[in-house]
Amino acid sequence: MRILNLLKIAYKAIVLNKLRTLLTMLGIIIGVASVIAMLAIGEGSKESIRSTISSMGSNMITIRPGEDVRGGVRQDASAMESLTLDDYYAIKEKAELLTYVSPLVDGGGQVINGSNNWPSTIYGVNPEYLDIKVVGLQSGSMFTDPEVKSASKVAVIGQTVVDNIFSDGTDPVGQMIRFNNIPFMVIGVLEEKGENTFGQDQDDVVIAPYTTVQKRILAIDHLNQIIASSISEEDAPNAVGEVTEILRAQHKLSATEDDDFYVRSMEELISTFSSTSEMLTILLVAVAGISLLIGGIGIMNIMYVSVKERTKEIGLRMAVGGKGSDILMQFLIEAILISITGGVLGVILGLGATVFIEKFLHWPTSVALYSIIISFAVCAVTGIFFGWYPARKASVLDPITALRYE
Amino acid sequence: MSKEIIKIQDLKRDFTMGTETVHALKGISCTINEGEFVTIMGSSGSGKSTMLNILGCLDQPTSGTYEIDGVKVKDLSRNELATIRNEKIGFIFQSYNLLARTSAIENVELPLLYNSKVSTEERRERAIKALEMVGLADRLHHTPSQLSGGQQQRVAIARSLVNNPVMILADEATGNLDTRTSYEIMSLFQELNKQGITITFVTHEPDIATFSSRTIVLKDGNIIQDYLNDNIQSAAEELAKLPKEDH
Repeated sequence: MRILNLLKIAYKAIVLNKLRTLLTMLGIIIGVASVIAMLAIGEGSKESIRSTISSMGSNMITIRPGEDVRGGVRQDASAMESLTLDDYYAIKEKAELLTYVSPLVDGGGQVINGSNNWPSTIYGVNPEYLDIKVVGLQSGSMFTDPEVKSASKVAVIGQTVVDNIFSDGTDPVGQMIRFNNIPFMVIGVLEEKGENTFGQDQDDVVIAPYTTVQKRILAIDHLNQIIASSISEEDAPNAVGEVTEILRAQHKLSATEDDDFYVRSMEELISTFSSTSEMLTILLVAVAGISLLIGGIGIMNIMYVSVKERTKEIGLRMAVGGKGSDILMQFLIEAILISITGGVLGVILGLGATVFIEKFLHWPTSVALYSIIISFAVCAVTGIFFGWYPARKASVLDPITALRYE
Repeated sequence: MSKEIIKIQDLKRDFTMGTETVHALKGISCTINEGEFVTIMGSSGSGKSTMLNILGCLDQPTSGTYEIDGVKVKDLSRNELATIRNEKIGFIFQSYNLLARTSAIENVELPLLYNSKVSTEERRERAIKALEMVGLADRLHHTPSQLSGGQQQRVAIARSLVNNPVMILADEATGNLDTRTSYEIMSLFQELNKQGITITFVTHEPDIATFSSRTIVLKDGNIIQDYLNDNIQSAAEELAKLPKEDH
């Protein structure tokens, strides 16, 4: 029997029972719609995390000293002095996958301007810092390499610092401030960036040449971090490998020794944070999946009733030459048609719900193509799975008994 | 001598009901030739239905042989039986068995749907032709609920004709109809028989048998009578004799 004929018969059976079919489909429709909407919410939150992290510089690679054991005492990573300027020079010279590299030393302290003071953090970096962090200046200029070399007492400050110590509205550029009693000349103000994903105020910073911070504020000659950016986001994992190789050689580590430093790309950070939202997504999808399952059981139920109700019809079809396989296919296709139509309507409803959530609840959403494909495939499988048993039951009916069935 | 459509020999059919074995057919033999109009008569429990099921390839005999149009039916699988039913037999039932809410033409097309050799266009053409043969050319798109009992049975007859079967098998085809309508249907059967179609008609009404060319009487699983009817009544004439109804 040709498939087209089967489709016609199934279509007819569905059309003859519009309301019943629609009610049956409802389970599938709601199931699919919720799977799509839930995945869209999950994807949306993942993407919003990704984009916030990207705004911090998605190519960024951070190198920190690792913990170590000294004289039997395990040391905290922050107490380590294993990252040095030589490491920075080595990376700058040898790494091919990096575009910008900057040393980083940081320390907390009080920023003072006249009678105003404000607790903030000073970051000692080189001019490439702006490119690595993808941040610009709203006024003034960045310090230059010669100023780094000469350990000039110049600083670029963030908006939060400006708001707190220049509350009277004077233009900070050209003004003198003090950080831990060391005077700095403000030469620029950073663009406002707001809080990052982790609630950290990115505008609450004072940026100065690393040489200045090392010598005049912290009195150290090691580095707290080295930050860099890879050529592209895709290169980040390779760049991490490259930096690791360079530093291992630099620190003269033998093959059996562990790294005494950490190299992290933003990519890793993204995946760490995504995994939380992924868990939530899985949970939501599981709930939605259960409703899809219940929808499938609804189909099975209605197909059972349908087979029972149409026993006589089945007998007749067999009498006029319908084979068991024809009957099986007829009911199976009917079930699949119901579930796939339900799937299509569910996708439409799901997309509608997603738009609604985005528009009225202002949650970030993103519909992934795979969610549509998956829920659609699940639908078809549901149809086959739950349609099979009733269809099989119909196909093995004895035509004589079926014909006499009242 | 004309072609043998049906040939059964020593046909037995036993049913096991719990511990008891019921011998529904106890070894019957007969031959039906092309162009015959046979009525199979018998009271209930005579084995008439069992015989009909076997003739219709819906059931298999316990022993004995059955040949339809030269094909030995014994040992055929379910699917092969379905194909034989599809290509060689036209069924007509007491309760018409039309698909509800489905137009006459679609009902008639049904057997051809299960025959992949027939194209969509040919299927429609043949269905229209069959409906013309039973006088329902103007009712193609009516559903069963819009048709009278007699018209519904005509649709069923058209359905049985559409696959050009070697034999039409009717099971109490007039059982649900009033006298007038059953005579109309019988006259249609006689007309079809005149065109050379072999008809086997199972009934328990003796007056129906008078319209056929041969009668086989079953009792308790045996053939007790098998005679040619030398005085065939014309259903059309009988119909004319009936008192006119007020419309």
